[in-house]
Amino acid sequence: MEILMSILAGTLFAAGVYLILQKQLLKIVLGTALLSHGAHLFILTMGKLNRGKPPILIEGVKNYTDPLPQALILTSIVISFGVTSFLLVLAYRTYQSNKTDMMDQLRGTDDE
Amino acid sequence: MMSNLVFLPIFIPLFFGALLVFFNKKQKATVNLSFLVVLLSFGVSLYLSYHVFSNGPLTLETGGWKAPYGIILVADKLSVIMILAVNVIALTAAIFALSSVTEKMVEHYFYPLFFLLIAGVSGAFLTGDLFNLFVFFEVLLMASYGLIIIGGSKHQFRESVKYILLNLFSSILFVTTVAFLYSVTGTVNMAQLGERVGQVEQQGILTGIGILLFIVFATKGALFPLYFWLPKSYIVPSPIVSALFGALLTKVGVYSMLRVFTLIFSHKLELTHTFFIWIATITMIIGVIGALSTSNVKLIIAYNIMPAIGFMLLGIGTFSAESLAGTIYYLVHDMAIKAALFFLAGLLVWHAGTSNLKKMGGYIKTAPLMGWMFFVASLILAGIPPFSGFIGKYLLLRGAMDEGHYIAAGVGLLSSLLILFSVIRIFIGAFWGELKEEPKQPLRTSGLAASAVLIAISILLGVGAEWFYPYVQAAADSLIDPQIYIDYVLKE
Repeated sequence: MEILMSILAGTLFAAGVYLILQKQLLKIVLGTALLSHGAHLFILTMGKLNRGKPPILIEGVKNYTDPLPQALILTSIVISFGVTSFLLVLAYRTYQSNKTDMMDQLRGTDDE
Repeated sequence: MMSNLVFLPIFIPLFFGALLVFFNKKQKATVNLSFLVVLLSFGVSLYLSYHVFSNGPLTLETGGWKAPYGIILVADKLSVIMILAVNVIALTAAIFALSSVTEKMVEHYFYPLFFLLIAGVSGAFLTGDLFNLFVFFEVLLMASYGLIIIGGSKHQFRESVKYILLNLFSSILFVTTVAFLYSVTGTVNMAQLGERVGQVEQQGILTGIGILLFIVFATKGALFPLYFWLPKSYIVPSPIVSALFGALLTKVGVYSMLRVFTLIFSHKLELTHTFFIWIATITMIIGVIGALSTSNVKLIIAYNIMPAIGFMLLGIGTFSAESLAGTIYYLVHDMAIKAALFFLAGLLVWHAGTSNLKKMGGYIKTAPLMGWMFFVASLILAGIPPFSGFIGKYLLLRGAMDEGHYIAAGVGLLSSLLILFSVIRIFIGAFWGELKEEPKQPLRTSGLAASAVLIAISILLGVGAEWFYPYVQAAADSLIDPQIYIDYVLKE
């Protein structure tokens, strides 16, 4: 199971990096979203997968899932939601004011 | 000792930042309340540092969870020095804001974002948990994303897109690295990490993780191969935002390196820390070349951030009590003087109506006070004795020489000279000669007052080094022996 998850996380990372290297702003935003999903899966995998076990440690219970990675992912997901929505709005506003969404046209050296 | 006092430097700006969101239409009330909050926060941080230096470090185990399991906040000597410096910057920024923050900026939530930035930076300095460091990084980055875009001009959007994407990428890398570290050591608590890293068998993997973390912090701190986003994105927002960024954001990266590479990854010094010295040397050279390459006043100041970061990294790479003290001293000095220079550059650009040095000239007639303040600030930045830059650089370079890093020390000396040249060029170009164009706007007194306060602090840091040095040395001594920190947090 860990192997499968690692491969999935790796695929997400690869796809995310590929999208980030594109020129179109929207693709880049999608790339960051994929990257953060990859990171979340990765955290889960690194905390050792125990399927169907409660993430609680009670006395007497020997079989439990490590709750820490889940707590970490929860925090990290909330952050990535916020950042992704911000980025989408930013991409739209950048397109509006610069009249382009291509990264190579978003550079310039106007010395005001 | 457990105390809720540790939480206050984060809580005060966080609470009032959230509160001020609802008053964005009430200009006057917002400005007045913000000023009071900044004063309050400054007072608390002053008391906190007094308490820590007289009674030893403070911790707060949030929610009553014992140290390695819950989230823990630690205020040790290094943290409180940084917290105090942040609050000084916040105070002067609030003074500068009195005349520079327009109604439109207040309406677009300048003050809430400003306080969230302060809360995030303070949190990053106080946390004792690597994942929480990431969370506070995100808090301060989210605030900075908002601040950099206030104004909404065309080039602001253009440059901030790159700033945000790069920071986002490094944040994701940070989370991934924390996951790696968790799988190898089974903890994210920094004190326990410091303890376990020595015990874990797989030293090679740990060194790899250490370098990954270094890449994350190097991106935030704009070190050699990862600096390209910094200069342009720091000059597009309003001067007060540039000053806050220049003074605070890169320094959080340096602080994290200082913490992580003294406490956790100090097991393979000859590999990692030698690498740091080379990176530091190249960063100094590249930064100085950048500063000399442009005639945009703001860009010159922004490029000058990089050699300063290089100097601090040199201290971490040298890794002796003396050089770490030099790093801390230089860190505090640089926060003050970078904010002052960004303030002055902002004032100059307003006064002249352009940021192109070639179109300026002769402003010493219309703004003599600003001219001489700029001159003194340039001397402080370059580290001319007896100002504060000299003390930090002296400690750093002597530390580097003692350990036999002669090339790095030589480059450091040379780059200091070139830094002086690059900023004095602004003084000569903008203030000497005939008045080329009539000034567009009169000077803003509160802006001058804020810069004057920071310059006075820098001079005091240099002239009164004997008063401040023992505190800095004490902080560095506690860094060089991580066992103190570990024992303290885990209470063995």
